[in-house]
Amino acid sequence: MTEDLLSLIKENVIQGRIAQDDEGFDEGLVGQPGASELTEKALTEGVNLEDIINKGLTEGMNIVGQKFETGEYYIPDMLASAETVGAAMEILEPHLAQSGIKSKGKILVATVKGDLHDIGKNIVSILLRGAGYTVKDLGNDIAPQTIVEAVREERPQFLGMSALLTSTMIHMNNTIEALTESGLRDKVKIIIGGAAVSEEFAQSIGANGYGADGFQAVKIMDALRNSMKG
Amino acid sequence: MARQGVLVEPYQRLKPEQVEQIHQASLAILSQPGILCFNRSAAEVFADHGAEVSPVPQPGADCWHLQIPEKIITDAVETAPKVVKLGARDENNCLILDGNEPRVRFASGSEANNWLEVDVDAFVSRRNPDIEVDVPTFRVEKGTVDRLAKAAHLCEHLDSWDSFLRTVNIQDDDITDDNKDVNKFFVALNNTTKHVMSGLTELSQLSNVVRMSHIIAGGEDRFRENPVISFITCVIKSPLQMVDDTTQTAIEVARRGIPLVISSSPQGGSTAPITEDGMVAQINAEILVGIALTQLVNKGAPVLYGSVPVRARMDNLYDSYGVPEFNQYNIDCVQMARYYRLPCYSTGGVSDIRVPGIQASVERLFSHILVTLAGPQYIHYAFGLLERTNTFCPVQAVLDDTHISMVKRFVRQPIVTADRISESLEQVRRVMGTSHKLYVRFVRSALRSGEIAPPYPFESKDTVDKTLLRARERMEEILSLPPSHMAEPVVDKVFQEVPGLLTRLRGS
Ligand code: B1M
Repeated sequence: MTEDLLSLIKENVIQGRIAQDDEGFDEGLVGQPGASELTEKALTEGVNLEDIINKGLTEGMNIVGQKFETGEYYIPDMLASAETVGAAMEILEPHLAQSGIKSKGKILVATVKGDLHDIGKNIVSILLRGAGYTVKDLGNDIAPQTIVEAVREERPQFLGMSALLTSTMIHMNNTIEALTESGLRDKVKIIIGGAAVSEEFAQSIGANGYGADGFQAVKIMDALRNSMKG
Repeated sequence: MARQGVLVEPYQRLKPEQVEQIHQASLAILSQPGILCFNRSAAEVFADHGAEVSPVPQPGADCWHLQIPEKIITDAVETAPKVVKLGARDENNCLILDGNEPRVRFASGSEANNWLEVDVDAFVSRRNPDIEVDVPTFRVEKGTVDRLAKAAHLCEHLDSWDSFLRTVNIQDDDITDDNKDVNKFFVALNNTTKHVMSGLTELSQLSNVVRMSHIIAGGEDRFRENPVISFITCVIKSPLQMVDDTTQTAIEVARRGIPLVISSSPQGGSTAPITEDGMVAQINAEILVGIALTQLVNKGAPVLYGSVPVRARMDNLYDSYGVPEFNQYNIDCVQMARYYRLPCYSTGGVSDIRVPGIQASVERLFSHILVTLAGPQYIHYAFGLLERTNTFCPVQAVLDDTHISMVKRFVRQPIVTADRISESLEQVRRVMGTSHKLYVRFVRSALRSGEIAPPYPFESKDTVDKTLLRARERMEEILSLPPSHMAEPVVDKVFQEVPGLLTRLRGS
């Protein structure tokens, strides 16, 4: 019974179905419970949380990753699945703390001041959620001081900033300086991305990582996380 | 006199009833789900004119939900001018954009960060060291004021390039957000006598830019008759959100009655439906709401219907200009603008690839031909743009000029008259009476009248493709011509009265 439920969760991750109204790849799925409803059900039935995460969500996402690697899946498929995992994780989150399971970490993401470009940042957020991070999206056009306050309040392990304009990338630098002045710089690892910036720029402003795309962003976050453990 | 562009018999992709259906769908979108507006003045203006406006709680930003009734849109379409004049330093270069007339002009565009130089390098064959070939290699540089000046200089001398829309983002060390606008407009205006169009980085610089344009046009009244500059604003962030700062810019420009492009650039599959009908209904709604705003703040304000619909790539969700859907979306938008009889600022000629070559040529020629056939009044992005608008390459712009001249030649109206037919019949009879049976004698007058297309100017005679090298030579030739700078007293006055100009630009 539990195994059936877990494999249904996994299947819905592969199909990228959050809720019952969603379509998948196969015919006739609309109306059948999606990952959210199934996760709720698993919780009520007392299924082990780690099993839901590992055997349902993560296994599903691993298969999606393979399908993407082999070219069977495209980015929209990947994002739909990652979003599905993110939605299920949101349902599980309140229960994780009680059971001692930690999420991979919390990241605040923002497009910096003066910049409204957010497609890339939103993709990165979905992928990070799908990879098991808790993501708080501050939005776009976010001033350094607002980010500092959010870091103080939310105490994330990571901060992600995105910029697409050459005129706004400077605010990444300003934000890092403002964090330093507030004594918060060593509390967060900072990763940046967006078409305006580069690896060299990241290094020059003292960021901890640069993501050329969403997948690289996830890899870098995982690496930073491992280095923090060590 | 004005630049004539090319008059086309428009290709109608959508049937009249489909145009009407899309119009209705756009109205439905404007009513439900409506528009999210992040600009207070715009929300107030719409509320004053009968839109339903309610505040939306949003952390850190003021936001309103607008439901726009049909009347606001139909009134705006009525009052927006059907003919917009884009002036020029040399008034013979002005453009009269008439929403009722499918006459196409070509302009550059984008604010590309990169400038791609084409160098020539000699390569020796490993197998046979006697074989040495010159091959183009590419070097990515940053956009600077000098390079912007070069691009404007090229524009001046390339015949198909009807209007200069800033090509590169100027990133010199002495350029700041506060002096960028005056310097980019100055450099462009000082190097071409054609119409100059650009976005504005800082609204606070609007009055300085306008002051400069008044001086260059010969006074405020002359500027009204001959607006040597115009502005582009992306009022909308797709889907359906009115952005605070660009909306404010649109309001200010419209109030001053300066020609303004209301442009929207949704990406089918990420920020708009990927389906043709859904994409066009959404972008049309987005442009209409921007146009409505201009008409509510200043009835009759000159405005262009700016459609820049693109499709998202499925492998990385980047924007794509090379796919066929790009052309379908754009052609449909031209038809929507024509339905409203508004002059259309359309899009074509960009490649997804980073360097000139086969892919670049196929992608850009595809849209150069198809979007021209649709008959918009103005096609932007048409020169030199690579890497999804992130790179401008001057050599590519030289190629584009040639390719556009071929497209223009192709779309010209056929001349079939009783006189011509009888002349042709006469030719056939005469040639059939000769022993050689060749028509060559009869091409001579057509050859001299310009009716016959010349051969491809960058053709290679041997087995190595030298297109880029030849285009590069042509570019060098043009750049060695003296630039069309403004008269000294005008430049002096501009420098005296407009703050922020870099003194090093005086002679450039
Ligand atoms: C935290 O860690 C990380 C890690 C990785 C991260 C990351 C964070 N963030 C991103 N990544 C990375 O992962 C993502 C996924 O792979 C990637 O994200 P990207 O964001 O790079 O890629 C996205 C998936 C797809 N790419 C995009 O979404 C950007 C596409 C282009 C066409 C673009 C768009 C769509 C828009 N624009 Co704008 N726009 C352009 C862009 C030109 C281009 N072709 O790239 C660019 C960036 N824009 C430009 C300009 C000039 C402007 N735009 C403006 C407005 C807009 C729209 C609103 C119309 C729209 C934005 C819609 C939206 N919701 O974001 C204006 C500015 C508004 C503002 N204040 O921000 C305006 C100023 C235009 C005007 N005159 O009004 C140019 C910038 C030049 C410069 N100065 O630097 C530009 C290069 C176009 C051009 N060639 O002119 C990676 O970079």
